[in-house]
Amino acid sequence: MREDIFIESDFAYTDTKLACPECDLVHAIADIKEGEQGRCIRCGALLFVRHRNSLDRALAFAITGLLFFILANMFPLLTFELDGRSQSNRLIDGAIAFLDEGYWELGIVVFVSSVLAPMMVLVVLVSLLLPLRLNRLPVLPQFQIRMLMHLRPWAMSEIFILGIIVAFVKLSDFAEVSIGLSLFAFILMVAATVMAYLTLDDEALWSRLDEVKS
Amino acid sequence: MTEKFVTAQSIDAVSCPLCNLLVSNSYRRTKSNHCPRCDGELSSRKKNSLNRTWALLITASILYVPANIYPILTLVSFGKSTTNTIVGGVLELMDAGQWTIAAIVFIASVLVPIFKIVALFFLVISVQFNFKWQPKRRAVLYRFTEFIGRWSMIDIFMISILIALVKLQAIATVEAGAGAIAFAAVVIITMFAAMTFDPRLIWDKLGEKV
Repeated sequence: MREDIFIESDFAYTDTKLACPECDLVHAIADIKEGEQGRCIRCGALLFVRHRNSLDRALAFAITGLLFFILANMFPLLTFELDGRSQSNRLIDGAIAFLDEGYWELGIVVFVSSVLAPMMVLVVLVSLLLPLRLNRLPVLPQFQIRMLMHLRPWAMSEIFILGIIVAFVKLSDFAEVSIGLSLFAFILMVAATVMAYLTLDDEALWSRLDEVKS
Repeated sequence: MTEKFVTAQSIDAVSCPLCNLLVSNSYRRTKSNHCPRCDGELSSRKKNSLNRTWALLITASILYVPANIYPILTLVSFGKSTTNTIVGGVLELMDAGQWTIAAIVFIASVLVPIFKIVALFFLVISVQFNFKWQPKRRAVLYRFTEFIGRWSMIDIFMISILIALVKLQAIATVEAGAGAIAFAAVVIITMFAAMTFDPRLIWDKLGEKV
């Protein structure tokens, strides 16, 4: 494939070629089938994906995720019972508990990674993709897309689920622990977020943005 | 390696760090150092990559000690209190016969942080001293290290849930310990260390000698 690469001596910028983000090797963007991935021929990094109706699907998953996120905040995650007394916790309570105990650094970390970043990812996805779907330009599209990229590693809902499972197992040794409605909503929210990310094709997003602009 | 590879650097261009658009250096010199597509700042390689990664790794290694020595949580139940360190928490799960969960916590809280620190040290050293060894394997090692790092947060989330849930004054309460702060710092600082390391440096040094 490398023979195809002919680089004009003075180009300003181009979206017909791209350099691998992990090893800098230049690739021509190949016509791949929907559902396929393009990987770097030298280091194997993922370069691009194609999905049918990528943006519509990602929007559908993001809206679903946002609805489940709201539900996940309305009911208890777990209920703990010991000696006739019981206590429940909501999603946000973990962060608040750290703040109350004076561990504010941990409170902030837990708030950002389990509540704020996962919520912002979904909100930004909807506020980008919904206007595009309706042929309108999103507010500050470049800023929103950059924010999405920066938020990605800090949204840790899927890890939070494992944290819940470990806490559940630890407690069920000496007390009665039951699962709340919000836990199901939270798991579905994580599934929807993962699907939204998997189906979102960055190139499709940029070209749709260009289409709407013109 | 006899073939000459065409990299963005070799054609006097850069790849936008955020949106991956290929932008020429002449555009950067004459127009703007911001990406024409996403408006993010352009740079050929991550800034001060090696120095930053070194600094973050050394910090994380130092914090790793208090993270494992100090307790991460204390459970007080009917006047009896038990204190857990990271490893203690795993042992307790094993005693209770919860092997699967014990294995998950052991991997996430003990193996992953050690693996990550060792792997990143190996990667920075390999770039610093121009190792030629297996660039592809090192690239895969980097990708794997970056992917697994976040999973160490399991214990921090577990603690946050326990302290929020178990607060029945006289009957049972859970308190966080100082080890939790150090441990969270190790996880986050190593995440930053993985982000500041630029995997392209693995390949750059190879090209120089060809």
